[in-house]
This record gives sequence, C-alpha cells and structure tokens, in this order.
Amino acid sequence: MPDTTEQERSEAPAQSAIARVAKDPVSRRKFMALTGGSAAMAAFLAACGSNSGTTTSTAVSSGSGEAKTETEQFGKGDVGILNYALTLEYLETAFYADVVKSGLFKGAELDLIKKFGSEEAEHVKALTAAVKSMKGTPAPEPKVEFPLKSAKSVLELAATVENLGAAAYLGQAVNITSPEVLASALAIHTVEGRHASTLNTVLGMPITPDGAFAKPADAKTVLKAVEPFIVS
Amino acid sequence: MNQQELANPELAGVTVVEDSGDISRSDVLLKGALAAGAVYGTFMVGPFVRQAFAAGSGSTDVDILNFALTLEYLESTFYKEAMTRAKASGELKSLIKLLAEDEKQHVDALTATIKSLGGKPVAEPKFNFEYSDTAGFLKLAQTFEDTGVSAYNGAGPMIKSKEVLGAAGSIVQIEARHAAAIRLQNKEEPAPEAFDPSLEEAQVLKAVKPFIA
Repeated sequence: MPDTTEQERSEAPAQSAIARVAKDPVSRRKFMALTGGSAAMAAFLAACGSNSGTTTSTAVSSGSGEAKTETEQFGKGDVGILNYALTLEYLETAFYADVVKSGLFKGAELDLIKKFGSEEAEHVKALTAAVKSMKGTPAPEPKVEFPLKSAKSVLELAATVENLGAAAYLGQAVNITSPEVLASALAIHTVEGRHASTLNTVLGMPITPDGAFAKPADAKTVLKAVEPFIVS
Repeated sequence: MNQQELANPELAGVTVVEDSGDISRSDVLLKGALAAGAVYGTFMVGPFVRQAFAAGSGSTDVDILNFALTLEYLESTFYKEAMTRAKASGELKSLIKLLAEDEKQHVDALTATIKSLGGKPVAEPKFNFEYSDTAGFLKLAQTFEDTGVSAYNGAGPMIKSKEVLGAAGSIVQIEARHAAAIRLQNKEEPAPEAFDPSLEEAQVLKAVKPFIA
C-alpha cells in the first residue's frame, strides 16, 4: 500500500535553508552526517515474519567505527534525545498556534486543533523540565513558518507532522538510557500516535499507514523532513 | 469491579461536549488531570513521569512478551467475534476488520518472538465478552485499546532487549492509533491527555480478568 505520508516526506524540498534546529556549535557537515539506526528493529520485525513492508526511510550507514548518536548535535545521550524531541514539539506547538490563528477552522475541528496544540505545549514544558533536571540546556525554540493555504492542505500537513512525530519518538525509544526518560518518551509517543490516527481519520487516510507495526524514523530523516519549515 | 474506571481514570472527570465552546478546554484538561492524579498520584500530572515500574523489574522479556500476548489474544478474539457480533456497518465495519487483522498480526509476532527467545508462549485463554449492540462493543473496544496502550507503556521501561523494546514500541503506537479511532467512533476525545497513563501489569490483569472465562 502506498504511504502518502512517506511520499510527501521524501518530496519535501531538500535544498531549503539549512535548519538551525539547535543553537549549537555543530557544523552543517555534522548535521548532514547524522546517521540512521533502526536496522535492528527492522531486522527483528522481518525475522518475526510479521510485516511485509519495507523500511524505505532507514538507510543505515554503519560503516564508520565510531558510535556517534543520531541526536548528538542536540546534546549527549538522553539530553540530546530530549532536546531533539523538544525541537520537534516546539515545531508542532507553533504549527497548531498558527493554524488556530489562521481562521481556517471553526467548531469541532478548531476544538480538536486547540486540544492537540495544548498537548504539544505540555510536551514542550515537560521536555524542557526534563532536560533541566538532567543538568542540560534546553534547545532553543526554532523560528518556523508553515504554508497555511487551505483547511485541507493544513490538515494534510498536520497529519504529516504527527505521523512523523510518532515515528521520531519510536525511532529514539531504543536509544534512551534512563528508564524514566523512556517512560516519559513512551507516554508522549502514543499521544503523537493518537493525534496521527485522528488526523488520518479526518482525512480519510488509513489510520495505520505502516500496517500492524509502526515504522520508526531516524533523526536524519525527521530533520530533513521538517527542514523546509524552519526559518532559523 | 469497574474496569472502565481503572483503565481510563480520566473518563471519570472529563465531559466532552461536542461542537461546543461552552466548556473551556482548560477546564476539561484540568478535570482530566485531576482524575488521573487521583488514581496514579502526581507523577502523570507533573511534567515528568515518575514510575513504579522498578517494582516489577524481576520480569524477564519473555514474561513481558507473554503478558502482551495475553492482551493481544484478548483483542484479537474480541475483534474477530465483533465482525459478526457488533452489528456494525459501513466505516465501523471496515475499522473492525482492520483492527482484527492488526491484532492477529501482533499475536503472531509476539508468539514468534517468544519462541525465538527460547520461551514458551502462553496458551490462548478463553474469553467471554458481554455486549449486545454496537454501542456496547464500542465501549469495550475503547477500554481494551486504552488499556493496551497503558499496559505496553508501563512495561516498556522494564524490557531489557533493545530489539524487543523496539518491537513493543512499534506495536504500542498501533494500539494508540486504534484507541484514537475507536474514541472518535464513541465521540470521545481521541487523545484525552497530553501523556498517556501507564499501568502496571497487576492493574492490567485485574482490568481484563472479568473477560477471561
């Protein structure tokens, strides 16, 4: 079954301004060199014989002997993962806030958008507190801009962002060290999944576009997909 | 006992008014948070999750997978039966078929995984679901899906193998997607809280016990 979300993702213009998703000293080269790491999961599921889908989004390059984490540009270990998640949650929060302001929605749809937006804002708060509790510096809020042309295109973009967000959390779950951070990430992950399913339902798209097993997305794939929306 | 409340404490406090600006969202959120807090203590309401999962850390991955398999057997049987029992039509009928297929795949994957780890998959329990119409089916479905999400989320941090954790994650996201779709059918908030509550194994088993014959 063709995955529209995946398609839209890969069609996102790659040549837009380099995303300064985190105010850090990391060079563009490092940003581009982020590598994926969900091969083990894919192999595992394949071994189960449970999913005929292919993992199009995870081109894993593990040639270099160095064990660099996918989210290193955001910080070390769990702090890097939390800051990466925080950046995505900032983006989602700003997106919903802009959508509310756009005046494209009213009634039940507007209520839903507000609700989702408020939940993303809670994720921002929780992740910020988590980074601080681990003595890290929370990632700065990126400046973002979204094309808000019509209600339909906005809902489609929302679905893309939420499906991507869910895949992003799933991609990082296995990289998290602290059980507490993992518990929090899981609690957020499934909410992103609920959002994605809701938007897919509204759009008449399959609620489980990956089939019975959701596919993870690595940080490189996710950051490339959101790059067009990040101004600075 | 009231498994609905155990699995979905937020339902106790949330009144969802469709298509209305009468109730402020913050009010709804607050009630939800309070209801959750009442059951779980403050960890879910707070910004960061404090978990009691350490208490059960004696469980092996096979134990956890067998626990998950029991739940997937329940869901799988529930939806398979519902294809004829739920008196559904149209969109809901298609949804039930999809859910039945997904849960069956989860059963198969978990069974294979347990075997590959050298474990013995639990036998399929006999289930007894009491409902007589579409509304009754939907109510149970919502409880099962929300409970499933909370069960996997509660077990996740206890899983030792990264591969098993990744697989559990890919399943729990599907459960969450199911939960939202069923909630929409029930005209309930699809994502009632910003953080999905997690449940301990004992709480989950207590919640599903009435359905095991």
